Amino acid sequence: MVDIPSSDSSSRLRGPQHLFDGLFRGATLFFGLFILLILGGVAVSLVVGSAEAFKTFGPSFLVTDTWNPATDKFGALVPIYGTLMTSLIAMVVGIPLSFGVAVFITELCPPLLKRPLSIAIELLAGIPSIIYGIWGLFVFAPFLQEHVQPFLIHTIGQVPVVGALFAGPPFGIGILTAGLILAIMVLPFISSIMRDVFETVPPMLRESAYGLGCTTWEVVWRVVLPYTKVGVVGGIMLGLGRAMGETMAVTFVIGNAHRITTSLMAPGTTISSALANEFTEASGETYQSSLIALGLILFVITFIVLAAAKYMLIRMQRQAGS
Amino acid sequence: MQTNSSSAALTGAGKPNFSTTPVPSPTQPVAGGKLVEKIQIKDLRFYYKKFEALKTINLSLADKKVTAFIGPSGCGKSTLLRVLNRMYALYPEQRAEGEVLVDGANILDPKIDLNLLRAKIGMVFQKPTPFPMSIFDNIAFGINLYEDLPRGELEDRVEQALRKAALWDEVKDKLKQSGLGLSGGQQQRLCIARAISVKPEILLLDEPCSALDPISTQKIEELISELKTDYCIVIVTHSMQQAARSSDYTAFMYLGELIEFNDTETVFTNPHNKRTEDYITGRFG
Repeated sequence: MVDIPSSDSSSRLRGPQHLFDGLFRGATLFFGLFILLILGGVAVSLVVGSAEAFKTFGPSFLVTDTWNPATDKFGALVPIYGTLMTSLIAMVVGIPLSFGVAVFITELCPPLLKRPLSIAIELLAGIPSIIYGIWGLFVFAPFLQEHVQPFLIHTIGQVPVVGALFAGPPFGIGILTAGLILAIMVLPFISSIMRDVFETVPPMLRESAYGLGCTTWEVVWRVVLPYTKVGVVGGIMLGLGRAMGETMAVTFVIGNAHRITTSLMAPGTTISSALANEFTEASGETYQSSLIALGLILFVITFIVLAAAKYMLIRMQRQAGS
Repeated sequence: MQTNSSSAALTGAGKPNFSTTPVPSPTQPVAGGKLVEKIQIKDLRFYYKKFEALKTINLSLADKKVTAFIGPSGCGKSTLLRVLNRMYALYPEQRAEGEVLVDGANILDPKIDLNLLRAKIGMVFQKPTPFPMSIFDNIAFGINLYEDLPRGELEDRVEQALRKAALWDEVKDKLKQSGLGLSGGQQQRLCIARAISVKPEILLLDEPCSALDPISTQKIEELISELKTDYCIVIVTHSMQQAARSSDYTAFMYLGELIEFNDTETVFTNPHNKRTEDYITGRFG
């Protein structure tokens, strides 16, 4: 038990306590506002920096696919396409993989393997992106070029319509390679969040599903996933945000070509890799401003994705009716 | 395992009679040979890692009767219940030895199909566990696991299960709403409805009223006495009054051992064992 302070000492404390409380409140308010300030500052400087580009090219900047520093003609369509396409590939490949990893760890994994596997995932998340880039360029891309891409070209590539995505020469580097590298990079994020939220499912709820005679798949798909959907969507969005913004690894393996081709195996570029590659050599105001405009577009895309995710969650919660 | 007998369970018709084989049990339930021994537990030992949680249990449970497991916390009564549907098998560090015969088939046999076993043996837990979906879907979920019914028939089956669980009148106008929006007592009856929707033959109730208020408890107890005409019911309870009110047989367990098993009236009015007497009179536990 703590001694109850005498009224004398408590009155002495009241003054400084009030002061500290006020200071603390002020400090936390400052930190909170600081976030808004930084966000606002970034947005404003992006808008100001990109003004020149939007003034020169107008809204058509968004849908123009030329990017020619020699003639000072710039359009953002190619990097936007590259960013969206690589992220899409990353999600299409990464989400099922992450889900499988998370399900294995939470539902099926022998206890002895559980910890090593969890640690391995966290280590995977800790690898700097430059390492992924170098590995992608020197190991993964040649591997794809020699083994995977020729196979794809000769199988799916021959199918009408879909085949166009897998046509053309196997470059090794390109949109597909970047998307796959991104899938590997987002895997630890998505799977560790999925694992964490899967573990929040009360054992009793899980057992009642098993008690009805559900298979593990039915328990996961029909009970665990609906129960944790908010967290799962959150994890996917975190991964998507990372995929869209990832710079270094993508720059290494995407080929940095300002053109759109139907084939996923062709080189392309993304917003962030274009920025990383070209800022140092951006001479002239329009060039630099166009690059900043790309940055603004990435900012807006990310914002839209987050807003869409929030909206989706609200709708799902309403549907659940709780 | 008799998978085809599940449809006969609700009507009680065409039930195979296994009552003739004598089973070692502490005391023979009731003479007369009319009782069907649905579950026979023989020399069952259970371990959590190295810890022996059940020590050589021998017991047989009658069909269409309610058997209560009572005893102080940690005595192994819930453990015993979880052996009966192999729920412990979800956890690799738990294992059981011995034999548990359900309709004569040993369910501890590793070759047994756990999904079919658990379809035949429904379970209701300490806390209500509605799935995160609508009331209708909570029931339809289980049915859809085993049967592919047209919509109309499915609706009939859902209604039937909800009626059986005495919940229909309270939820019939809000079947599309989430099961999580119901009161605790309603949620628990929803879980009972869900458990019986798949037409089990045995119902395991693990302290089904421990999270409920007295009125909801009373409703569940009434429900149990109605349901026993169709099922072999096993209930684990901390409440001696509940065991006395709603069960036909009572097993008293202590420190992993079965101390006394008899018809409920005898256990509560004339216990043969000193420890049973001490427990039911509230001297320990």
